[in-house]
Amino acid sequence: MSAVADTHAQDHHHGPASGISRWLLTTNHKDIGTMYLIFSFTMFLLGGTMAMVIRAELFQPGLQIVQPEFFNQMTTMHGLIMVFGAVMPAFVGLANWMIPLMIGAPDMALPRMNNWSFWLLPCAFLILVSTLFMQGGAPNFGWTFYAPLSTTYGPPSTTFFIFAIHIMGVSSIMGAINVIATVLNMRAPGMTLMKMPMFVWTWLITAFLLIAVMPVLAGVVTMMLMDINFGTSFFNAAGGGDPVLFQHVFWFFGHPEVYIMILPAFGAISQIIPTFSRKRLFGYSSMVYATGAIALLSFLVWAHHMFTVGVPVAGQLFFMYATMLIAIPTGVKVFNWVATMFRGSLTFETPMLFAIAFVILFTIGGFSGLMLAIAPADFQYHDTYFVVAHFHYVLVPGAIFGIFASAYFWLPKWTGHMYDETLAKTHFWLSFIGMNLAFFPMHFLGLAGMPRRIPDYALQFADFNMVSSIGAFMFGTTQLLFLLIVVKCARGGEKAPAKPWEGAEGLEWEIPSPAPYHTFTTPPEVK
Amino acid sequence: MRVHAKRVGALSGGLLFPALSMADWTVNMTPGVTGTSNDIFNLHMTIFWICVAIGVVVFGIMFWSIFAHRKSQGAKPANFHENTLVEVLWTLIPLVILVIMAIPATATLIDMYDTTESDIDIKVTGYQWKWQYEYINEDFGYFSNLTTPADQIGNRQTKGENYLLEVDNPMVIPVGKKIRFLLTANDVIHSWWVPDFGFKKDAIPGFINEAWTRVDKPGTYRGQCTELCGKNHGFMPVVVKAVPEEEYNTWVAEKKAAAEKERELTQKDWSMEELMERGEKAYATNCAACHQADGSGAPPAFPALKGSAIATGDIAAHIDIVVNGKSGTAMQAFGGQLNEADLAAIITYERNAWGNKVGDMVTPKEIFDYKNQQ
Repeated sequence: MSAVADTHAQDHHHGPASGISRWLLTTNHKDIGTMYLIFSFTMFLLGGTMAMVIRAELFQPGLQIVQPEFFNQMTTMHGLIMVFGAVMPAFVGLANWMIPLMIGAPDMALPRMNNWSFWLLPCAFLILVSTLFMQGGAPNFGWTFYAPLSTTYGPPSTTFFIFAIHIMGVSSIMGAINVIATVLNMRAPGMTLMKMPMFVWTWLITAFLLIAVMPVLAGVVTMMLMDINFGTSFFNAAGGGDPVLFQHVFWFFGHPEVYIMILPAFGAISQIIPTFSRKRLFGYSSMVYATGAIALLSFLVWAHHMFTVGVPVAGQLFFMYATMLIAIPTGVKVFNWVATMFRGSLTFETPMLFAIAFVILFTIGGFSGLMLAIAPADFQYHDTYFVVAHFHYVLVPGAIFGIFASAYFWLPKWTGHMYDETLAKTHFWLSFIGMNLAFFPMHFLGLAGMPRRIPDYALQFADFNMVSSIGAFMFGTTQLLFLLIVVKCARGGEKAPAKPWEGAEGLEWEIPSPAPYHTFTTPPEVK
Repeated sequence: MRVHAKRVGALSGGLLFPALSMADWTVNMTPGVTGTSNDIFNLHMTIFWICVAIGVVVFGIMFWSIFAHRKSQGAKPANFHENTLVEVLWTLIPLVILVIMAIPATATLIDMYDTTESDIDIKVTGYQWKWQYEYINEDFGYFSNLTTPADQIGNRQTKGENYLLEVDNPMVIPVGKKIRFLLTANDVIHSWWVPDFGFKKDAIPGFINEAWTRVDKPGTYRGQCTELCGKNHGFMPVVVKAVPEEEYNTWVAEKKAAAEKERELTQKDWSMEELMERGEKAYATNCAACHQADGSGAPPAFPALKGSAIATGDIAAHIDIVVNGKSGTAMQAFGGQLNEADLAAIITYERNAWGNKVGDMVTPKEIFDYKNQQ
């Protein structure tokens, strides 16, 4: 057997195909991971540009730059693009690149489906972005698209939006199936589940969340489609439907969705902090159980987004208690990270800076989340800028800083070059200051009574809005620096060794940098 | 209205940007003027200080590590990576804190849900983009519209003190009485919020939500719609005047008399000029937000009326769409919202303004008959 198999294997030890077909037809997890990451960054810049439009309009009271209709399109598209276009694909990209390298697999388990799930995404976003140029404009009902504003009162482009969501959902589900199949079947001999790197663990749990809730999202947009085009009344009170049903179904998807966007970042941070603390991750097994607990609880808290819709008091209490419980496993994770750093031997390369900022700022977002969980207090916070501050604190320094930390951490492995540390630190500090300047004052605005999703505001909100806009412009512009750093690193720079970080552990650091096109064709042995 | 709240809980933002004489750097929630809002404020401050305390401990240990356990300081990594006792403790202590927090929160919540034994019931209906207040025991009601001029919004005029928070007809309530609100909506979901009262409740089409308040201090309290409801979501404020009881009673008597007078308008004989004059005003309040002051609309969602087939065609079809609305679109049924005089005036105005020279008119009496024959 071996003689035949060996010759066969020899034939296939080739590099990538040349030209465009390399990218269109590739089944290589590294190529697909790269495409996901490039796509995600493109969407990040596009969604960011829309955020700049929003902040420019809110720079001063009065309407200066855009009209309310277009403002609402900007808030909607900014949210949709950042959630579905920037954050989720970035994590799928990281999963594609890193999971096979971390578990010692030659590729993802289902490489052709991998190609398909990537190429669906540009199609979906082409449709979504094209609605901006349609008659009646793009979706303008917020990224949460509450019915009946999005059905009976939605613009004609809503049907295209629904189609785009369906395609994104298919792509996400296929990506999740691929991750589960890879992690469960293709681990190197000796790598038991409880020996897997945390990033692999959190992604495995995330993938189950995706499979559980993306069909729910597909269901809710399909009901919208029926209401809009086929005369049903799922959400139309005049026809006997129920507008609140929409919110229940949407948030049954929406709450696990926020963990889909943060759990992989938890995993990446759990790789990075031990590396630069030169000390093993504290409480590995409690980390795994905490992640699982967060994922399970995420299915039981959806109505905390709906405290003001008139849920009966017993329901209100149940969702309040369940939401407060999430603080416990989340707290365990934060305590574990701090305990990992405690009595370590710390250095502060850029991935570590982003990771430390992640822990601090995500915790601040967690605190405001705990405040929002208190149902009576939520009556004051709900749908104000306090909520905007809260979810930007968990998503920007949470998900996005997690992605930046991962990118700097693994760039040497991807490109074979070290990135420019000075520029990267500049990127960090400008992002850190800009982000806090943009989002911290939003807490004050919300507590003072400014509702979210308004294009113009009363005069007492003027000062903090101006501060916030300045911070947002600073944060937005800074991201161009990241593009420069990555391009520079891809084109050259100091040669990266196989293991560029002194304290790094794991299979991905045992292969040369840049990672060869095919890795682990013979499975490594894990002890 | 109070703008400078106590600066409790001034976080870094408050320290970075000291208050300027002209600026408003309010950083915290205000305690408000009701029992509920005070309870909420206390809950808010308690949980805030708990978070601060946890933050100080956690970040304190973290910064200590960053300071003392640097490699450049010659720190050697320790070897521990598990400690069952510590892990059990930092699971149990937060649990205890949460239980302590949940007790007052539960009490406040149950109190907020007790809408029984109210003195006055007011039905609040959200429309795109105005509020309707109906005093259901007194048999009158009215709409409350934004009065901030377009020139202020468009920066052609200096903005007034209550920019975007001013209305033509505020809600009026007596102090010291338990007011029960019944909230619903006519088109999309809206949300009625007055921060000083400490309650916010969604107004949802097809549902009636209940909430209550008791205001102790007379004054004018301002809030806004807090659920995205379309393009003018930012332009439908809530203004409530809390007045002493005698003043409230006088106001109710006036309102009832005015409602009676309105009903008489239907019977009056109207001339074309009178209808056009009334129509222009009523159109500006009720129609111009979508169809624009010059009738040009904002197609495709809001069609132009200038030269439109309906506004220049058969008058029966025109009456039908204004009174009954058009299902599946943003065009509301105005039959229940406006009195006959306004409906007749608006239809007449639309048929004869902006170059629509149909020349015919419809009287309030005809509208009254049309509505009754349905």
